[in-house]
Parts: sequence; C-alpha cells; structure tokens
Amino acid sequence: MKRLLLLALVLALITPACSGASDEPKTLRLATTTSTYDSGLLDAILPDFEEQQSATVDVVAVGTGQAIALGEAGDADVILVHARSREDAFVEEGHGTARYDVMYNDFVIVGPADDPAGVAGMALASDALTAIAAAEAPFASRGDDSGTHTKELSLWASAGIEPDFDAPWYDSLGQGMGETLTYANETGSYTMTDRGTFLAQMANLPNLGILVGGASIAENADPALLNPYGVIPVNPEKGGIDAELAVAFVEWLTSVETQAAIEAYGVEEYGQPLFYPDSQAWRDR
Amino acid sequence: MGTIGRAFVDALELLFSFDPGLMEVVARTLQVTIGALVIALVLGVPVGAAIGLTRSLPGRALLVPVIYTGMGLPPVVVGLFTYLLLSNQGPLGALGWLFTPAGMIVAQTIIALPLVVGLTMAAVEGIDPALPLQMRALGAKRGQVAVTTLLEARAGVTAAVVAAYGSIISEVGAVMLVGGNIEGETRVLTTAIVLETRKGNFALALALGIVLLGLAFLTNLVFHRLQLRQGGP
Repeated sequence: MKRLLLLALVLALITPACSGASDEPKTLRLATTTSTYDSGLLDAILPDFEEQQSATVDVVAVGTGQAIALGEAGDADVILVHARSREDAFVEEGHGTARYDVMYNDFVIVGPADDPAGVAGMALASDALTAIAAAEAPFASRGDDSGTHTKELSLWASAGIEPDFDAPWYDSLGQGMGETLTYANETGSYTMTDRGTFLAQMANLPNLGILVGGASIAENADPALLNPYGVIPVNPEKGGIDAELAVAFVEWLTSVETQAAIEAYGVEEYGQPLFYPDSQAWRDR
Repeated sequence: MGTIGRAFVDALELLFSFDPGLMEVVARTLQVTIGALVIALVLGVPVGAAIGLTRSLPGRALLVPVIYTGMGLPPVVVGLFTYLLLSNQGPLGALGWLFTPAGMIVAQTIIALPLVVGLTMAAVEGIDPALPLQMRALGAKRGQVAVTTLLEARAGVTAAVVAAYGSIISEVGAVMLVGGNIEGETRVLTTAIVLETRKGNFALALALGIVLLGLAFLTNLVFHRLQLRQGGP
C-alpha cells in the first residue's frame, strides 16, 4: 500500500512536468543573447507585452551564434540579437521575414587600473587595440562567435592587425560576457565589453575600469563602438512558428511606449540608460 | 567573511526565506530529476537484471563494454543529441518538448539509463549463480528468479539508484541545452547556478550549490531509510 502511495506521489510530481507547453495559452519563444538578457531589460519590459497579449514569453538566452541557429531551426518564433551582418544574412537566406531596428548601446574597452598599454582616454578603439597588441598586454576575448566577438574581430581588422590567436597575451575564452569580465578582473586583462553588462556587474569587478569609451554613450567618441540591436520574426514556413504573436511582439517592441520604457531602464540604478531606443517609430515620433 | 563563508549564510537565509522563486526552481529540479530516475529505473532495472542473469546472451562481450561506456556519457553531449531529436527540424520536433521540462526528463533519462543498467547488471552478477539455479530447480519462473535475485542484490541496486540520482541532479549540460534555462519554465538549480556565476554573483551561486547538495542529501537519506526497511545494511 505504501509503495502504491509512493508511486502515486512520484507520478503526481512528474505529470505536470510532462504536460510541457500544451496547457499554456499562448507562448512566444524569444531567442536572444546572454548580454541582452543579463542586463535585466527584458525582465523589466516583457510583463507589459505578456499582459497585453495574455501570453507568456519564453526567453532563451544563449550566445548570438546559438540564438541565430535556434531561429534557423525554427526553435524560436523571434530573435533579438546584435550582429548586423549576420542578421542581414539571416533574412537574406530566408530564415527571417524582415529585420527591424530596436535599440542600440555601445561597447567599451575595460582594463586594469595600472593600464600597461597606456590606452586610457584614447578616442578610438582601434588605436587602443594597436597599443595593446604592441605592448602584448593580456587581452581576453569572448572567442564564441557572439555579436560582441564579431565586433571585436572587426575592430582588430580595422586597426590592420591580425591578432595571433595562439599568442600568450591573447586569451580566447569561448564564454559569455560575464565570465569573460570575471576572467579579465582576475587576471588583469583588457577586454571589450558592452557597456550594459559592465555596468550591471561593476560591483563584482573591482579591478576593471572603463578606459576607452567614456563614462556614457554620449561621451563615446568612436562610432565603431556602436552596438545596434535588431529584432527578426522567424519565417513561418519553417512550421511550428507562432507568426501572429511574433509580429505582435515586433510591433510592441518598436512602439513608442515600449521604446520610452527602454530609454528609462537603468537610469535610476546606473545614472544612465543601458540602451537607447532606435526603432523607426521612435525616430518618426 | 569570505565568499565561501557568506555563501553558507546566504544558503541558510535562502532556504528559510521560502523565497517563491527559489521554491519553484527546487520543485522543478526534483520534478525533472525524480521523473527521469523513475523512468530509468522502470526501464533499466529489468534490463540490467536480465543481462546480469543471462551469461550466455549472444553478443554479451560487446554489449557489456557498450553499457560501461554509456555510464560515462558526457551530459552535454546527451543534451546536444536530445536537442537535435526534439528540435523543430528533428525527428521528434512535433512533440513540442524542446524547452520544456518533458524534454529535460528525456535527456536526463538517457544519462541515467546506462548507469542503472550497468550497476544493476554488476550487482546481479555478484550473486552466487547457484541461487538462480536452485530456484529454477525448485520450479520458479524466470520472473520470480529475477525478482528474488534483485532482492538479494539490493545493496548493489540501491547503489545504482543513488549513483543515477547523483549524476542527474548535478548535471547541467543537458538541461541547459534542452531546457534553455527559461525563467518560470525550465530553470533548475544547476542552470540557475551557471546564470549567477556568469553574472559574477558568486556568493549566491555557491548558496544555490549548497541548497542543491542539501536536497541531494535529503533524498539520499530517504533512499537509505528505504534500504534499511528492506533489511539492508
């Protein structure tokens, strides 16, 4: 008898788990990047969409490459990433219907206070990278094909440097922004990071400071460090895509009200926005 | 107080605060792991016993090393394989189990199954072959022989249960890939630890780790009590 009760208890425990998504009203699967998710922006603004649509947004936060792969496989209904060339390719190859501007923030170069390469205050990131390479100062790279990593590689290219990835001073981690910042903090390395993640984790990174990029986006003198985000509904021809909800999401995300919420996010805590709204609707308002 | 010291204090505070977010993650962790364990046991114990008892099984010399290899499957590889199975593009995509606890249970069952089969098989092989012979001679059916042998080998079978449970409650690669660490849907203790570590919140991550260990300990306490009830050591 006791065994039957035990079995019943176990079955009761696992049955809700097995029902999966079948009893959810409407679910939107959003694939985005870890840096976007870790900033906390989505946690702040999504409840508005969920309420309006009586839906749940399942946010899967992975590296840019994986987010795009999820979109290509049709395992997400909509993707929100920041790797322009890859976003354009995604749409061109027919995986997404169209790309829409959403917001932007910027990248900065952070490093140890003693600044062995002497980059503090430089205006252009490519100049700073040139100095870091010349000094063979330790540099930590995401190394994971993410939007951030893609940007980093393009900056090296614009400086005319092909970093020797096997060189002892260049560390290719293959990890997310948080882990990379932690590594840089521990080892006194330079790294390139999006401002939002750095601000959010600054308290845990006592050995790092912003050396190139200024104290806010307004003070960032390097246009190459700009980091635009795009949202793309996945092509419904893949099957299993909630196209209607995806389109509603894009409309909501680019609407003036949501854009204003994006602009307000982080101001109280960090004294500056973590993201700047940049949708077509916002620009036209 | 260092990070580790703070983590212990945080863990106790977390537990006794009954924070709903944490409770939800703990409940889901148990749901997924115990669900997978039960399925692995139901499937694996009979198979392990059958292989253990059947010395003359054709292909046994190849089958046993395959099972032993399965016991060392890297969870992240299992996760990747399960993801490809359950993906929209994959053969089982129509089930809609990707990014749900059901998918996570599938992945953890695959990890636990070889452990249950292999260790049950080893436990049964350890029983004096004279016992099943004697039972057959007395007219016992195959099923009765298997059940009696398993009861004799219950210390080893308990070890199989405990080992399988330990391996899946602590794994992160599979549930991360198949579940997606979605807040409110598929986040479990291990993926929550990865998230907090990634954000640099080490004390919180460690506290969650202590909660996980406490959970594992409590469950193993239950397993051991059950074993004692059966008259085990």
